[in-house]
Amino acid sequence: MCAMSPSRVLSEVYGQAECVRNSYLKSFSDQIVADIYGNAEQITKHVLSKKESQRISFDLTIDNLVTSKWFGYPLMILLLVGVFWLTIEGANFPSELLATVLFAFQDQLTLWFQWAGAPNWVHGVLVLGVYRTLAWVIAVMLPPMAIFFPLFTLLEDSGYLPRIAFNLDHIFKRAKACGKQSLTMCMGFGCNAAGVTSCRIIDSPRERLIAILTNNFVPCNGRFPTLIAITSIFIGGAIASYSGLINALVISTIILLGVAVTLSVSWILSMTILKGEPSSLVLELPSYRRPKIGAVIYRSMLDRTLFVLRRSIIVAAPAGAVIWILANVYIGDQNILSAVAHILNPFGQLIGLDGFILMAFILGLPANEIVLPILIMSYLSTGSLQDYSSLEELRNVLVSNGWTWLTAINVMLFSLLHWPCATTLLTTYKETGSKKWVFLSFLIPTLIGFTACFIFTQVVQFFGLV
Amino acid sequence: MILSAEKKNNQFTVALAGNPNVGKSTIFNALTGLHQHTGNWPGKTVDNAQGIYEHQKKSFLIVDLPGTYSLLAHTVEEQIARDYLCFANPDVTVVVLDATCLERNLNLALQVFEITSKVIVCLNLMDEATKKDLVIDVPSLERELGVPVVATAARQGKGLFELRKKIFQVASGSLQPSPRQIKYSSDVENALKELLPLVENIANNTLSPRWIALRLLDGDQSFLRSLSNYLDIDQASFQFQDWEESKCAQ
Amino acid sequence: MRDAERINSLSDLSLGSDCQIVSLELSGLLRRRILDLGIVPGTLIRCIRRGPSGDPTAYMVRGTLIALRSEDAAQIFVRKLSNGEECV
Repeated sequence: MCAMSPSRVLSEVYGQAECVRNSYLKSFSDQIVADIYGNAEQITKHVLSKKESQRISFDLTIDNLVTSKWFGYPLMILLLVGVFWLTIEGANFPSELLATVLFAFQDQLTLWFQWAGAPNWVHGVLVLGVYRTLAWVIAVMLPPMAIFFPLFTLLEDSGYLPRIAFNLDHIFKRAKACGKQSLTMCMGFGCNAAGVTSCRIIDSPRERLIAILTNNFVPCNGRFPTLIAITSIFIGGAIASYSGLINALVISTIILLGVAVTLSVSWILSMTILKGEPSSLVLELPSYRRPKIGAVIYRSMLDRTLFVLRRSIIVAAPAGAVIWILANVYIGDQNILSAVAHILNPFGQLIGLDGFILMAFILGLPANEIVLPILIMSYLSTGSLQDYSSLEELRNVLVSNGWTWLTAINVMLFSLLHWPCATTLLTTYKETGSKKWVFLSFLIPTLIGFTACFIFTQVVQFFGLV
Repeated sequence: MILSAEKKNNQFTVALAGNPNVGKSTIFNALTGLHQHTGNWPGKTVDNAQGIYEHQKKSFLIVDLPGTYSLLAHTVEEQIARDYLCFANPDVTVVVLDATCLERNLNLALQVFEITSKVIVCLNLMDEATKKDLVIDVPSLERELGVPVVATAARQGKGLFELRKKIFQVASGSLQPSPRQIKYSSDVENALKELLPLVENIANNTLSPRWIALRLLDGDQSFLRSLSNYLDIDQASFQFQDWEESKCAQ
Repeated sequence: MRDAERINSLSDLSLGSDCQIVSLELSGLLRRRILDLGIVPGTLIRCIRRGPSGDPTAYMVRGTLIALRSEDAAQIFVRKLSNGEECV
C-alpha cells in the first residue's frame, strides 16, 4: 500500500464505496440523516419533560396577531413608519448639535493652520475640503444610524423579523425570489452595503444574487436626508398645516416605489439572466425573546454603526479633497466644477435635472450623503461645503437656480434610482467575487433612473404642467 | 486553507459550534469580551470571529464557527465548520445547544461527536426553556451523551464560569469525555463494516475511519475534496470528473 | 384501508392537524435543508398557521416552527394520525 499515492488510494476507495452504495436499495444519505435524528429523539425522550405549557401558547398568541390577515400588514407598516419616525425625529437634535460642534472646531482648525503658516491651498484641501466633508458626513449620518441600527437589531433579536419574511413571502414568490429578501431590504434602509452583506442569509445562490442586485432600490440612511430635505422644501412646505403628515406620505410613496421596482427587477432578472432552479423558502420562525437592551446597543453600535461610519469616512475624506480642488482650480474664468456642469447640462435638462445636479450625483459616488452639500456648494461656488440649517435659505438657493416641483420630484426619483455608492459596489464585489455582477448592479439602477426621469419629464412638459 | 487560527504556543484552541440563533455569539462575546477580531474565512464570504481569554493562567483562543444545522456540508458555512473540526484539530469543541429545541440541536451535537471526542455541550437558553415549562434532566443528559454538559443562560451571564472550568479541564486532559456514538440502522452499519477496512488505509490518527466511511456512503464529494487537500494530494491527479459521472449511476 | 392510513401531501393538511412524514420527493439543496431541519421519514409534524395570503405555511417540527411554501410542501408525503396517537 505504501507505494501507492494517497490519491490513488482515495479514488479507489471511493470507487469501492460506490459499489457498496449501489448494492443497497436505499439512499444512504437520507438514511444517515434519519438515523441521526432517531438517536436525537431517543436521547430527548429520556431527558426532557414538559409541563403543561403556557409559554408556547404565548408565542402562538403573538403570532396570531402579527401574521394575521387583518393585522399583519398594518402592523408591519406601522412598525416601518415608527422606526423611520424615531430615526428622523430623534436624529434632528443630535445632528444639529454635532454640526455646531464640528463646524466650530473647523474655525479652531483654521486658526491653527494660520498660526503654523500653512499655505492657503493646504488649508483649503485639508480643512475646507477633507474636514468639512467629514464633519458633514458624521453630523448627517451618525445620529440616524445610531438610532436606526439599534432599533433594527432590537427587532432582529426579538424574533419579529422572520415574521416579516413569512408575511411577505408570497409577494416575492410571484417575483420568483425568496421571502428572506424582505429582510435584506430592511437592512438596506440602514445601509445598502450592510444590506448586500446580509444577503448571505439567502440559501440559493440565484436568489441571493437577485437580492444583491436589487438592494440599492431601497433608499439608505445616506439618501434619506436628501429625500427628506427636498420633500420638506417643495412638497410638504407648500401645505404648511399638514407638512409633517404630507412629508411622511411622500417618503412612504418613494419607499413603496422602490419596493415596486425591486420586485419588478427581481422578476425580470429571474426571467432572463438569472433563470434557473425554482425558488423556495425554508424559514425558521424562532420563539420570541425579550432582547437585552444593553447588548443590543453595544452590538449594533460596534458591528453596524461604527463599521458603516468608518467605511463612509474612508471614502468621504478623499472625496472632500477632490471636490475642493475641482471647485478651486480655474480654467479661464470658470472653475472645473462649473465647467463640467456646463458640459453635463444639456443631458441633465433632458431628464428634468441640470448639469450641477447630475454632477453632484456623480461626485456623490463615494457616499450618497454628500450629494446635497456638493450641489449647494456648486450653486454658490464658494468652494466649500455649506451647512444650511434653515430650509428657507436652502429653498431660495434652489429656486434661484431654476428649480421647480418637477426638478424636485426628478431629484428624488434619481436619488432612489441611480448607481449604488462606492462602498456598496465594493461590497457587491466582495460578496459576488465577480466584476460582471458589480457592473450590472451599477447599470440596472442607472438605466432605470435615467429612463424614469426622462419619461416623467417629457410627459409633464408635453402636457405643459410646469 | 482553513487553518488560519493564529495560534500561539501554549495556547489552547476552542471551537464554538452550534445551530444558528442559539446564542452562540452571546457566549462568544461573554467569554472573550473585547479581545476579539473578526474577518472572513479565507476565500469565503463567511464571517470568522476569533477571540482570546485567560483562565487559570492559560490562554484560550476561541474560534466561532458559522452557525449550522448540520455538518453534512450542503452549504459553505457547513463546509467551513466541518473542515475546521476535522482538520484544524481544536483542543476543545464546545457545541452550543438551544435548550428550547433540544432534539433538533442534538442532531448537530451527535455529528460533532463523530469527529472529535474532546467535546463539551453547552446547553444555552435555559432561562427560555424554563419559561416554556421545559424541564431538562442535565445529569442524565450528561450520561446519555457521555460528555460534560454545562447549562447556561448566557444573556444573564449564568453558567459561564462553569463553562470556562470545563473547557480548561478538557483542554488540559484532566477530563476525558467519551461521546456517545450514533447507532445507525442495520443497512448503514452493514455497509460501514464493508467499507471500514478500506478506509483504514487513508485515515491517519486524527480522523476517525468511521467518519470517513460515513461520508463515503453519503457520497459527500466536498468532504473528499477537503480530505485530499489535507492529505496534500495534487488536485490535478485527482479524478473528480469520474466521481461526478459515477454518481449518476445511483 | 382505514381513513387514518391514507397518504396525503403535507400541503393538503388542514390547520391544527397532526401527521407523520412518509417520504420526501424534493431534490437538491432544498431537500438537504429540509432533512437537516429534522423533517425525515417518521417525523411527526403539525400544521400550525398560514401566512396572511394563505402561503407559506408554518409547521411545528421537533419543537420549532418551520415555514414552507405550498409547492414545496406538496412534494412531502405524510400519513395522517388518528386522534389517539401522540404528536409534537
